[in-house]
Amino acid sequence: MAEEVKLFRTWSSPFALRVVWALQLKGIQYETVLEDVAKKSDVLRGYNPVYKKVPVLLHNGRPISESLIILEYVDETWKQHSLLPQDPHARAMARFWAKFGDDKVMQSIWTAFVSEGKEQEAALAEASEHLQKLEEELRGKKFFGGDNIGYLDIALGWLANLVRVFEEISGLRVLDGERFPLLFAWLKEFSDAPVIRDCWPSHDKLITKFIALRQLHGAQSSST
Amino acid sequence: MAKLKIIVSATSLFCVRIEWALKLKGLEYELIFEDWSKGKSELLLKSNPAHKKIPVLLDDGVAIAESKVILEYIDEKWKGGDLYPLLPQDPCERAQARFWAQFADDKCLFGTWGACCAEDALEKEKAVEAALESFTYLEKQIEGKKFFAGDKIGYLDLVVGWIPHWLGILEEIGGMKILDAERFPSLHEWAQNFVEIPLIKECLPPRDKLVNRLSLVRSSAPNKP
Repeated sequence: MAEEVKLFRTWSSPFALRVVWALQLKGIQYETVLEDVAKKSDVLRGYNPVYKKVPVLLHNGRPISESLIILEYVDETWKQHSLLPQDPHARAMARFWAKFGDDKVMQSIWTAFVSEGKEQEAALAEASEHLQKLEEELRGKKFFGGDNIGYLDIALGWLANLVRVFEEISGLRVLDGERFPLLFAWLKEFSDAPVIRDCWPSHDKLITKFIALRQLHGAQSSST
Repeated sequence: MAKLKIIVSATSLFCVRIEWALKLKGLEYELIFEDWSKGKSELLLKSNPAHKKIPVLLDDGVAIAESKVILEYIDEKWKGGDLYPLLPQDPCERAQARFWAQFADDKCLFGTWGACCAEDALEKEKAVEAALESFTYLEKQIEGKKFFAGDKIGYLDLVVGWIPHWLGILEEIGGMKILDAERFPSLHEWAQNFVEIPLIKECLPPRDKLVNRLSLVRSSAPNKP
């Protein structure tokens, strides 16, 4: 029986992109269902009633939500090109830093992007502190996964394109080669890697999108 | 001397998850208590520099932080044979357990804490409504089962294991009601079954200590309990 693998995603979601990378790296055939963030389909809402968000992976009719959970599912179901390492401690570290990336790094960079003045300064300082921790994790390694791209590279992959977008729009200096030489080198290695490089969403479209989001956020905060 | 140590506080619901997991696996361990009156210890700051939070598991000196990450570590390092499994085998079931564990922490636990800390009546009402909605999802997950993992407890039971002992206290100090037996009959029954398990019960902190600690944290800042 042929396997049915469907990925519900939007054109720009960095979370959905993680799953795209994982499926492509493992060479899994899948169908993409493109969702419109402004008008989510009933099908998506049915498969992810709790959060109503992308990505959702549908495997033989069974839906899995939440990108990091989907990554683990994909890794456990299709064993080729392992994403997580074998060793329990190394696996724990990968999970720990992936969560740190979402909870701390992403949050602080986003706050810096949408805020101004002292709030922005504080968010930038916090982001630098967090990025320094990731910098240390890369010591002696080409990728977070070692010689090859792994779970943590995929989880942190959003750094490789969104930070450029944020820096371009805001003029902020977030992830530069002087302060973070290893991360800076990793950004390039990761971005240019086969499979990864073929999946990036349009840079220009992202610029347009985030200019609008930033204005919206600014308008909302100034009206409160 | 135990090779396994956990840096804990006496009242943390995140720490007790780790004790339960180690006991289920039949592993010996030692507890290293933080004394909050003296500020965070050197050991804690060195072991978890990213978050500076408990619990931290020290396995022969190697530190692992974040309670759900620690639970998976324990399950993966000590597995097979007669060793008690925390997560199911099937990848889809594992994904479901992880999903609901994350949901329970993000929405049920922090939703309850937010409602507990809300001072303004309208704010509290909204927060309680949101928490009730989250608990409704949890109720659906336990319906028809004795435990979230089935006939025996597992990963998800440990992650929501704060409910039987901590929730009542949060309701009391927060002046609200969430786990109503009529509205959530299956969850209510699960709570009673869960807390009666000897190895679960023996790790629960004394109620008065918990009331004091949670009241203190609530009055100082809306932080993690």
